[in-house]
Formats: sequence, structure tokens, C-alpha cells
Amino acid sequence: MTQVDVKVDGVAYRDDVEPRTLLVHYLREQLGKVGTVVGCDTSNCGACTVLLDGRSVKSCSVLAVQADGREVTTIEGLSGADGALHPVQQAFHDEHALQCGYCTPGMIMAACDLLRDNPDPSETEVREGIEGNLCRCTGYQNIVRAVQRAAKATVTS
Amino acid sequence: MTATAERPAEIGQARRRKEDARLVTGRTMWTDNLTLPGMLHMAILHSPVAHARITRIDVSGARQRPGVVAAFSGQDFKDVQGTIPCAWPVTEDTVVPNHPSIAVDQVNHVGESVAVVVARSKAEAQDALEAIDIEYEPLPPVLDMEAALADGAPLVHPDLSSNKSFTWEFESGSAGTGRAIDDVLRDADVTVTRRFRQQRLIPAFLEPRSTVVQPQGEGVTVWSSTQVPHVLRTLMSLSLGIPEHKLRVIAPDVGGGFGGKLQVTPEEFLTTLVARRLGKPVKYTESRSELMMSGHHGRDQIQDVTITATRDGRLTGLDVHILADMGAYLRLITPGIPILGAFMYNGIYKFDAYRFVCDGVFTTKTPTDAVRGAGRPEATFAIERIVDELAVELGMDPMDLRRKNWITHDQFPFTTVTGITYDSGNYEAATDRALDLIEWDELKKEQAERRARHDTVQLGLGISTFSELCGWAPSRLLGALRYAGGGWEQATVRVLPTGKVEVVTGASPHGQGNETTWSQIVADRLGVPFDDVEVLHGDTQTSPRGWDTYGSRSAAVGAVAVSNAALRVVEKAKRVAAHLLEASEDDMEFVDGKFSVRGTPGAEKTIQDLAFEAFAAHDMPEGVEPNLDAEATFDPVALSFPHGTHLCAVDVDTETGRVTIRKYVCVDDVGTVINPLIVEGQVHGGVAHGIAQALYEEAVFDDDGNLTTGTLVDYMVPSAVDLPSFTTDRTVSPSTTNPLGVKGVGETGTIASTPAVVNAVVDALRPFGVNDVRMPCTPERVWRALQGGTR
Amino acid sequence: MIPAAFDYVRPSTVDDAVAALAAAGDDAKVLAGGQSLLPVLRLRLSYPSTLVDLGRIESLRGVRDDGDALVIGAMTTHDEVLHDALVARHAPLLAQAAATVGDRQVRHLGTLGGSLSHADPAGDLPDVALTLDASLDVVGPSGSRTVAAHDFFVDYLTTVLAPDEVLTAVRVPKLGADWATHYEKFNRMAQAWPIVGVAAAVRRSNGSIAEARVGLANMGSTPLRASAVEQALAGADASADAVRAATEHAAEGTHPPSDLSGGADYREHLARVLTRRAVMAAAGIQP
Repeated sequence: MTQVDVKVDGVAYRDDVEPRTLLVHYLREQLGKVGTVVGCDTSNCGACTVLLDGRSVKSCSVLAVQADGREVTTIEGLSGADGALHPVQQAFHDEHALQCGYCTPGMIMAACDLLRDNPDPSETEVREGIEGNLCRCTGYQNIVRAVQRAAKATVTS
Repeated sequence: MTATAERPAEIGQARRRKEDARLVTGRTMWTDNLTLPGMLHMAILHSPVAHARITRIDVSGARQRPGVVAAFSGQDFKDVQGTIPCAWPVTEDTVVPNHPSIAVDQVNHVGESVAVVVARSKAEAQDALEAIDIEYEPLPPVLDMEAALADGAPLVHPDLSSNKSFTWEFESGSAGTGRAIDDVLRDADVTVTRRFRQQRLIPAFLEPRSTVVQPQGEGVTVWSSTQVPHVLRTLMSLSLGIPEHKLRVIAPDVGGGFGGKLQVTPEEFLTTLVARRLGKPVKYTESRSELMMSGHHGRDQIQDVTITATRDGRLTGLDVHILADMGAYLRLITPGIPILGAFMYNGIYKFDAYRFVCDGVFTTKTPTDAVRGAGRPEATFAIERIVDELAVELGMDPMDLRRKNWITHDQFPFTTVTGITYDSGNYEAATDRALDLIEWDELKKEQAERRARHDTVQLGLGISTFSELCGWAPSRLLGALRYAGGGWEQATVRVLPTGKVEVVTGASPHGQGNETTWSQIVADRLGVPFDDVEVLHGDTQTSPRGWDTYGSRSAAVGAVAVSNAALRVVEKAKRVAAHLLEASEDDMEFVDGKFSVRGTPGAEKTIQDLAFEAFAAHDMPEGVEPNLDAEATFDPVALSFPHGTHLCAVDVDTETGRVTIRKYVCVDDVGTVINPLIVEGQVHGGVAHGIAQALYEEAVFDDDGNLTTGTLVDYMVPSAVDLPSFTTDRTVSPSTTNPLGVKGVGETGTIASTPAVVNAVVDALRPFGVNDVRMPCTPERVWRALQGGTR
Repeated sequence: MIPAAFDYVRPSTVDDAVAALAAAGDDAKVLAGGQSLLPVLRLRLSYPSTLVDLGRIESLRGVRDDGDALVIGAMTTHDEVLHDALVARHAPLLAQAAATVGDRQVRHLGTLGGSLSHADPAGDLPDVALTLDASLDVVGPSGSRTVAAHDFFVDYLTTVLAPDEVLTAVRVPKLGADWATHYEKFNRMAQAWPIVGVAAAVRRSNGSIAEARVGLANMGSTPLRASAVEQALAGADASADAVRAATEHAAEGTHPPSDLSGGADYREHLARVLTRRAVMAAAGIQP
């Protein structure tokens, strides 16, 4: 076991983990952060995307021990303290950018990361920005619309 | 009595979905999120070989590993595991092999379960799999369908006499639905024959399957990531001998299905067997790579198609022979999948004669079953592809050939050469709109210019004018097709004492947004606010009856049941209102959720008032039971037939073979639209899925029967970069087979888009002498087609 | 799937990393960004006894100007490389290729040193390192050495690195202002590895191509230089016809694999087409 100190969604945790524990399993099983999900074992699908020190990573391809001393933001830490949806969450709802919703937490986190770098992405830039996240339901069109809508909302707010 | 007048109707509104609140915040209840006190974790050892006898298996080593509670092989369950049921033996003599949940003495495809370990943690269970000792004596793999049917071929199941499961036939002459096909073939002016291959697909829903089983005394509760909790309950009860009333199945939030979770799985059975043996709750969540091998696949057919026409382009005959790969076993509806297409090969066209013959073939591969569209994409592909080839043979424009032969809007209802009656449609309107939207004439002009210039990148234009059958229901029809189940749907509507409404549906969704759509319908029927309606589903304890969600059936069947139940509530409320207002029922008016007495201003009761009065039941009319509840079961008398015109423009780089979709336009007619936002979303996803078959996805086995596309690295599910934006529009020809006029939209896009794309690719390459490209049309396949063409 | 158990060491200096590797023996593995390693561990295709995580060795990160060359720390991520001003100015080919690696998430964690040490012949960055005549700083128990990229890649997923050696930095010679570059990647889908990748660097002089370098990804068991093309381009006209003629040699001396994405003959064909496109794009020649 190895000790990790990690801040997740604003809360500091100190836990013992096996070195082989993937970050996503630590989040889900030790912290109960089941909003972040696992969709594959080759890091293709992106369903497990979280922010690590503010940058998107696939939490199935990071060891929990690698997150020691760092800060993780999951889908559960996005909305405000009053429960208000984050602009990206709101835009996904408004544009019907999800159906089954399994890819959604990862897709939203990937979109947040993209918008941090590029606050006003073109359609092509959005598509390239979320290429690491697979969705089987939507055909991506409404996801693209949602990310662009969130960009506008963020710029004007 | 009218339902609404003042407030805008909910039906037809682009309501944002109720489901989203939990999905966008990560507060979803996926099966794998569930943790029960004392819950154990199961890991499965899968066969690494396609076909072999198990000569020795020893799991005792695994039992010594840390954290391990138990380890089992097939020997431990051989007398109690029953068989995974096949609910659709399509002929009287369909051969149905025994399908154990865990192999006992033989494995028949890579990925089949051979042993399990149960441990305190998932990691420990997986670790201990490595201590299982197993020896295999190889048997020859059976991979090629034609070779499998040859005399002396090695048998997948040595106890059966051949690798053929069934032959299913339809012929219009003998069925009395048209002329004899052999006569028409003999007399044909023009005959075109093609062999098409439907590659093997993997459904690739995003949420891997997961099952949690909690045994409690005699009772068992099963949580499973399934499309079909009701089907699972009944079949598990029959197969494993668990009394049905002691078995509760819950499908919590389900992360996509696309037919892939329309299954009663070996893993669900095995988890249940193990949990009951141990008397402890057990969870099994598979990894993606396990799912790719073990979850059912789809398509995988060889289609030999002959079409005939008169010299002036009137279609006369269609002769279809299919080899359908069943894989190693028959799962829930494996044999029925190609038969679902049998009634669609004629597409939207009028034929004199038609024959369809399908052989179901066993191979040592993962079993096949439903993948979005299930049978109809194969049929639509074949007809839409071969109509294009016939047009070339006739020297006709492919759209002109279609127009000449399709059913015109004034001919509905129209009984086709298969004997099935199409309810409604307007192919002319959808096609004209689509041609406009894509600017077809401009594209044609550009194509001619680029051909003349010998551009490296050529433009291809593809057409798909499709129809499909939806609303998988009429129970009488299903029975006639030898499907074991029914197709009705049941719903309950309850107005609670405070006026809020609970709707119980048997059509348990997994991304379709039924909670939203059903709420819209009930809000309209009862005149209550949309937000006052809650939809309950996916738990056999709260919604005991239903046939679940697949085959684009939930709106055409389930929504109608909901609507009918709501109308019954209104009827009951009217009796209560008339009684309380001391008026005749005939004088009651119902507008915006309020009953009033015609001609008596001020005499009124809201449905919420009535709900409380009926709850208190102090003064009910004679013979009326307390509470505003009603139940309805809807079993339609006929199917519904959505249709549409999909047009696709592709750029094909003739040097590299890369295909890029430049424009995609679809105009669909799915009947009455309850929620346009959801309908459009379904079309987007469906089209994307069909494009994926045309260009990207294929499950490939090597010569030893190993799945070489066993991860998402090699099985190419398209990302946002790999797909275009779609232009969508609709025409509306309400269905005449249900009172809502809805048809179904879950699969239309998938069914329509594949041939539109491949027709476009072939069109681009036509000047190079190319007349077909096998799916998926990868850059390499396109390049090879160009090398083989004659310019 | 969950990886098999292993020991974990997180040294804070290169010397400690080397010592940890030496102590752990042949079954130890270096954890750089982990973007190739973690999936392999999850699928249990590899059972290292120990992972030595270089993630906290600050000296391995960042790009610095070293006169004629850039020195890029092995643990510099793809994302850092593609956004780095020095790289953009002196080695834009590397930035262009780094931008095509994996996806945003992978680029946030994956590292240049990790990619080169992994030595996948389909990798974009080994090809670029070879094309740019990079040299690689390696530290082991007996000290440090510098290895030319040309000598670094030995075979499929195999480099000259000994089990107890660590790649610490990549030295990328600066290209002068008369050089122009292009990376042409051809894959079946956005996320997929390239079927073939071509890195091209061209020095133009008075309407002709004075010098060219061409590197091929996924045309053999290591990245390869298309030497016949380079020779044919040297002194050739900067014209479409001349480039076309020269790049017809692109598949010479290659041994491409046949797999699901393409047969060897298709790859040879692609190598010719993509090399032409890459060289023309780099040289600014209109087709």
C-alpha cells in the first residue's frame, strides 16, 4: 500500500492504495465518486475523463499514486455549491447532447478542458477537441452544438 | 369532450429531457455503481481458443489465492445451469444447440466462459484467474459459412448432424402474394445479380454489461444492464427454475444497447448461479475486451441477390439467398434477425414476384443477434445497392428508376409482394425535399466537371430511398413467425392524491428519453403540467409487465399504452366529476385538466381535485372504485412503416482510397412526432451508426478463430472527427396502425444510411470500372477496387 | 481489467531512478506518461515487478535552447511540446507531429521520452526524431551517453536502452530559416495509429531542393529514412514533376507490415503518395 494525498472536487483525502489502483477505480470504489465511469480498457473511449490539475486525462490510464499531491475534478465537482449546472452541463441539456448518458461525464470534462484552451472553437476545433471521447448515441452533432453553445454562454457571462 | 384547448399541446414540443438532470451531473444509477453489504466480485476465465475439448480443468489453485472465496468450473454447474434460451426458432425444425452459461466439456468460440473466481475484491478475483489450470484438445475451427455447409465439414457441435440450423423460405407464388419467381426470372428482359457481404459488427454500446445478484432466501434480485428486464425475468425463471414470483429484475440506468443488450446473457445466468450457490450478493462487471469477445455480435451475412426488370425499367422479380452466420450458438433471437429483413428486401418498390431463402449457419465464432436495425439494414442495403446496379445496366438515372417503381402516395395502404401492408407514406415528398436540401443538381454538375478534369479527388453521390418496419408488436404476427413472445405493451397511469402523476411503463428505455416523451403524452391527456408527471420503469416489481425497448417499438406500442391508460383515467375522472357536480356525464367538458358542466358556469373540478376526492372516496359514484388509476395494454393489429430519402455526397481520394463524407441529407417520415428534439437525436445517432458500418467497423477473426478486433483500438467506432454534420428534415405521414400516428425512429437512420454511403462511394469510382466495394469501405479496400477496375 | 500487482518507486532524481531500476532487476519498467504502458498493464500483457515513475523528476521537464539544438526533457508532455515557443520556432515538424498524437487527454500525460523509448514503429515522434537527426541523452549506472536517433531504434518496440538506463533528454538540432517541414499522417480514423506517416524536411535554394530528409513511420520494424528519396531530391527542381519522380523511390528498402489497416503493397503505395504530398507541402509546391 502507498499513501496518497489527493484533493477531489475540492475535498482533501488521504488514503492508502495499492500502487496498481487506477485513478478511476480509486475515485469510484474508495471515494464513491461513481459519476466517473469506465467504458474500455485501452483508453480509447474517454468515458473516464477527469481533470488532473485542471487538464483533461483519462482516469483509467493514470495510477492513483500518480495523482498524489494533485487535484482532481470530476463531473460531480462541476456544478456550483447551489447546485446550479455548469455552463457546459446546461448546454448539454439544452442541445440534447446526450441520450444514454454514459459518455456524458467524460465528454463534458473533455469539453471543459477544450474551452479552457479555446474559448470560441469552430465546429472542426470542437470535433478535434473531443476526438478522445466516443459516443454511440448522438452522432456527435448535438454535442458539437452544445460545446459551442457553452462557449458562447461562458464568453457572455 | 376535448383534451386541450387553451394551453399549447405538449405533443410536438421540443421538450428538454427530464433524464438529463442526473446524467449531466454524474448522479446516475449504473449497475456497476451498486455496492451491497457483503458483496463479492466475480471474474471470468474466457476460452482463448475457438474450438476445443476441455480435457482437464482444475480451479483449486485459484481457491488458495488471497481474498478468494470460491472458484468454479462448468463441472460445478453442469446439472443446474439449464440452457441460454432461444426465443425464436424460425422454423419447426430449427436446430437449437444446448447453450451452457459456462462451458462444461467443450468450447465453441473464443471468449466463452470456462471458469469463475469469486473474491472480496475485483482485483483479487482477476489475479486468481491466473491460478486456474486448464487443458484444451483442439478441434478444427469452423469459420467460413460456405465451407461449413459442405459435405464432410468439421462440425461446430459434434452431436448435431450438420452446421445448418435452419432454412427459412418465402416465395410469392406459393404464398399467393405475387407471381411465381421462377417464371419471372425466366422471362426477364434484364437481370442483374450481385453478391453483397454484410460484415460482422459489434454493437459497442458505451456501458459494458454489469450484473449484480442478491439472493435472499428463496428470492433473487437481479440488477442488470439490460434492454429487456421483463424478458430476462421470465426466461431466467424458466431456464434456471427460479419461481418467477420470487425473481425481481431491475434495469437501472442503462448505458446504451443498440440491440446488444437485447439479450439474456450467459454472464447474467452465471452470476445468478454463483450468487445462489454462495448465498451472497455477487457483482460481475465485464471489461470492454471481455465484452468484445463475449457479448453478441451482429450482421455477418452473405447476400446473393438477383433483380429483374423490363427493358424500360419496370421491376419484376427479386430473388434473395442469404447465408446468415449464427455463430456458435443461438441466443435470444439469433435466427430471427435475418428473417426480420425478409419482409423488407422489396423496399419501397412494386415487384411481381419475390423469393427469400435464408440458411442459418453455425460457426465457431461469437453468436450473432440484434444490432441496431437487425435484419432491415441488410435488406435495405441489398435492395438500394442493387437498384443502383440495375440502373447502370439499364442506362437509367438511379433516381428515375426508383421513381418509376416506388409505391406512390395515393396507393397507400399498399400490400407488397411479401404480403405485408405498408400503412402510409409519401416517398415523392421526402425525395423532393432531400434533393432540394442537398442541391443535387449542383452536385451532379460538379461531379461531371471533376470527372472531366480527372481530379484526384472524385465526387460520389449516393441515394437511399428506404422504408422499414417498426413497432415490433402485433402478437398474432409474432406468433405466426414462431417468435415465442408477444409484442403488446402495458402502462399504468396513477393520479396521486396531491395531483401529481405516476406513469408505469413496460417499455424500459436505455437512452431513448421515454421519461420525457411519456410525460408529454400524459400531460396532454390529463391536462397536467409536464413536470408533474413521473415515469417509472425498469423494475419488474414496480412495472411487472412489458416487452421492453428494441426494434423501434417503444413509441409505436408503449406510448400508445400510456396514452390509452391516461384516457381511461380521464374517463373515470369524468364519472367522478359528473357525480360530484350533480350533472350528466354527457354534459361534461374537459379542457386543460378541468371538468366543467356545459351551460353551468362555475361548476367545475380540476383533475387534481378529483384525484383527492377519489382518494378519500367519501362520495364515489355507484360502481366506481376509489382512486384515479387506470391500466391499459396495447397490442397493435399491424406494423408501422417509417420511410425516408437519404442522400450522401462523398469525396474519394483516388490515390489513397480515403472516403470523406462531404454532405449528408436525410428527410425522414416517422409519422407523428411527439418530441422533435428526441426524434432528431435518434436520426443523428442512427445515421452515424450506419455510416460506421459503411466506412469503419468490422469484427475480424483470424484463421484460428481469434477475434483480432477485440479492443476499441482495432474495432473502429468513429469519433466526432470521423463523422460529418447531418442535415435533417421530415415529412409527416401519420401511421394508420395506432391512434397516436407514430411510427418509430430508433433505427431508421442506421437502416437508411449504409447504402446511401456505399452507393456514393461506388458512384465516385464508377468511371474507373468499379461496381462494388466491400464494407467497410476502408481506404485500402477502395484503393484495391481501383486497382482491379478497368478504366 | 486491473493490472497485476507491482511495486512502485517514485524517485526525485535521475540517479535515484537509475538506482531503482538497477535494484529492481530486469522486470522493472519505467513509467513516463503511461499512455501506452497503462493499457498494456490493464490487459495483463505485461507483468513488471516494479514501476519506476519518473513523474516527479523536475529536471526531466521542459525545453531549453542549447545553441545549435533544442534540448527537450524526456518527461516533457506532447501538449507542452506542441505549445512550446522554442519548438515552434526551431522544430515545427515536432510540434506538428506531436499535435497528432492520440487525443488531448493522451497528450496531457504522454511524454516525448516515453514515446521514443516505447519505440513503436507506427509512432509519430520516433519518425520525427529520426528525420530531424535528433540525438538522445541516456543515463545509466555507469554514467551518461548520447545516442543518435539513427542508432537508438533497434527493432519493433526495442531500443538500445539497457533495462537500467533512462532516456533523459532529446537533442533536436535547429533547422535554419531555409528549411521547411511537414508531417503527413494517414490513418483510418482520428484516434488510430498511422497506416503510414511521413515526416519531411526540405531546404530550398534558388528554385531547387538543396537537401531533403524524409522519415517513414510504420514502414518497417523501426522508423526509417527514405534515403533513396533524399538522394533523388538533392539538387532536384522544386517542381511537382521532379518531386513526383523522386518520391517514387519512397518504398525502397522498407519492410512494411501487413495488418488490418493495410497490406504491405498498399503501404508501399501510400509511402510514395504521402512522401510526395509531404515533400510538396514542405517545399511549398502546388500540386
